[in-house]
Amino acid sequence: MSDHVLQVSDLKTHFFTRAGTVKSVDGVSFHVSRGEVLGLVGESGSGKSVTGFSIMGLIDPPGRIVEGSIKLNGKELVGLGEGEFRKVRGREVAMIFQDPMMTLNPVLRIDTQMIEAVTAHDKVSHKAARARARDALAKVGIPSPEERLKAYPHQFSGGMRQRVAIAIALLHRPPLIICDEPTTALDVTIQSQILAEMQSLCAETGTALVWITHDLGVVAGLADRIAVMYAGRIVEAGAVDPVLDTPLHPYTAGLLGSLPSEGEPGEMLRQIRGSTPSLARLPQGCAFAPRCDYAQADCLTIAPATTAFPGERGVRCHHPLSGTGVAA
Amino acid sequence: MNDRPILTLEGVSKRFAKPLDAAAKFANWFGAGNTEEVVHAVDSVDLSIGAGEVVGLVGESGCGKSTLGRVVAGIHKASAGRVSWRGRYTDEMSAEERHAATLAIQMIFQDPMSSLNPRMRVSDIVGEAPVVHGLTTRAGQADYVDDILNRVGLDPTYKRRYPHQFSGGQRARIGIARALAVKPEFLVCDESVAALDVSIQAQVLNLFMKLRDELNLTYLFISHDLGVVRHLSDRVVIMYLGRVVEAAPAAALFKGPQHPYAQALLANVPTITARKKRFSPLSGEIPSPLHPPSGCHFHPRCPHAGPRCKVERPALKTIASGHVAACHLHDGGVGAMAA
Repeated sequence: MSDHVLQVSDLKTHFFTRAGTVKSVDGVSFHVSRGEVLGLVGESGSGKSVTGFSIMGLIDPPGRIVEGSIKLNGKELVGLGEGEFRKVRGREVAMIFQDPMMTLNPVLRIDTQMIEAVTAHDKVSHKAARARARDALAKVGIPSPEERLKAYPHQFSGGMRQRVAIAIALLHRPPLIICDEPTTALDVTIQSQILAEMQSLCAETGTALVWITHDLGVVAGLADRIAVMYAGRIVEAGAVDPVLDTPLHPYTAGLLGSLPSEGEPGEMLRQIRGSTPSLARLPQGCAFAPRCDYAQADCLTIAPATTAFPGERGVRCHHPLSGTGVAA
Repeated sequence: MNDRPILTLEGVSKRFAKPLDAAAKFANWFGAGNTEEVVHAVDSVDLSIGAGEVVGLVGESGCGKSTLGRVVAGIHKASAGRVSWRGRYTDEMSAEERHAATLAIQMIFQDPMSSLNPRMRVSDIVGEAPVVHGLTTRAGQADYVDDILNRVGLDPTYKRRYPHQFSGGQRARIGIARALAVKPEFLVCDESVAALDVSIQAQVLNLFMKLRDELNLTYLFISHDLGVVRHLSDRVVIMYLGRVVEAAPAAALFKGPQHPYAQALLANVPTITARKKRFSPLSGEIPSPLHPPSGCHFHPRCPHAGPRCKVERPALKTIASGHVAACHLHDGGVGAMAA
């Protein structure tokens, strides 16, 4: 327990809209250990980003965390006041977004923004803060950081902008960084640069990562453990190798079968039929049942609980694909 | 596949120029020396595509793959070079022939939301063109649309709906249905599955393969996703900053890429089989196509670059049957200057 940087238990974040209650996150539990990379995988609308926003305390009305707990280094974050949360954000947990233009203020120079981030938590002189900002830029591989400090965000390329966002996240060496699809908008060769940078930085500082993505390839290359989300719930979690090699949940297996790089060229892909359900009108029982090839009568009526499997593995399915479950 | 190509590009270039504004022209009177900014989006590309072939066109942002697709589809006119369709140059065609060629080559775009008119019902989006071009009559339109919607896996009872009432995957199918409505022989697919979730992407890719078999279509499939291209294509063409750097049958290219850029691109694609790998990226950024590097466009990022690469543009050289690459490494080395 003591080794867990982050412990999320039974988190429920719902959005109360006119069209009904949208259960974006509905009973999610996971933990991240020191220096560990957890890949949080899912398709659009699976609730992976809302999970990240919940940890950062960035849920705005009509959304609300209705239940559950988020413990960061043993400290409860749910119900923390905004003033308290400001002391946590940036110092104990930071976030990197898909679009760095969302992180960076377009009308302020990089140095203004970075110095502000430094002095938000540490009482240091302007000069010292600037030096720290410069060092952070140098560390993420931005050439001539002294000059680049004076630039505006639009003067950077997409990859460089994302590096600036990473540098800001690393300013206070937080023990945990939440990365929400940070390389999705980047080209393959630039994505590779950012991934390499994150790998070496985290190895150096012992930072734990929650890496939110839809790209199973990135997770395979980066993560220690993986959690697959579907319709607001984690349907399968465990170490990367067993989950990707012998998936137990039909949805995980379907995702892997849908990857064009895995099949024989020219063959039909093993697609998942249908499309993701609306989170406001989830089916009774297992949310995946209407698309599942293995669904039986009980899947349509009873929502499955998480079954534990050897090796810290959990699956939310009545009829897992292989192996035998032990009682949770 | 047969030997006679259905579509050929010969030295096709596309330049986009930004004309000087009044202030710059005024400054030029006093010798400011402002010149037009010209982007060479596509820089003399040769390509031929056989009937029934699926050619994958791969590259990163700004490499000109979409512009090339638009030239093929007839949306842009080539600045230089010629396009021929079924053995006839498009610039020599009569109006009637050109009309037929334009109908035969259809394009499917990345974002169905911006390529489908939000105020038109699906029945009109799909049914308008075939009526205009005389492929069906007003009276036969409804049946014609039903038939096409069935073909792409959409329920025809939804045809009175508007595009916003569909999910992303269904909208992609509407885009495909619209292209198929005029009975094309050749489809240019520009990142048609890029915006879709993995499970929906697999459904649309399966649809593309099914349609190819049923309708004997030829595809130019533009994508940045090597996994998708590998799965679908017979032949793969890799572009970098407006030029083709390598082209080969898909199996050969993925087994043994020859150009250093192709090698780096393939090595950097994350796959689920590579666990906890050390990412060993290419250094540097993709240069701006406004000011491309001299000689070989790739030389500032290339681990093998030599003095010759900075000066001389490498030509496409045949390495094996159907496998060409544009690199001095395959053409006398990078060190010595060509005499």
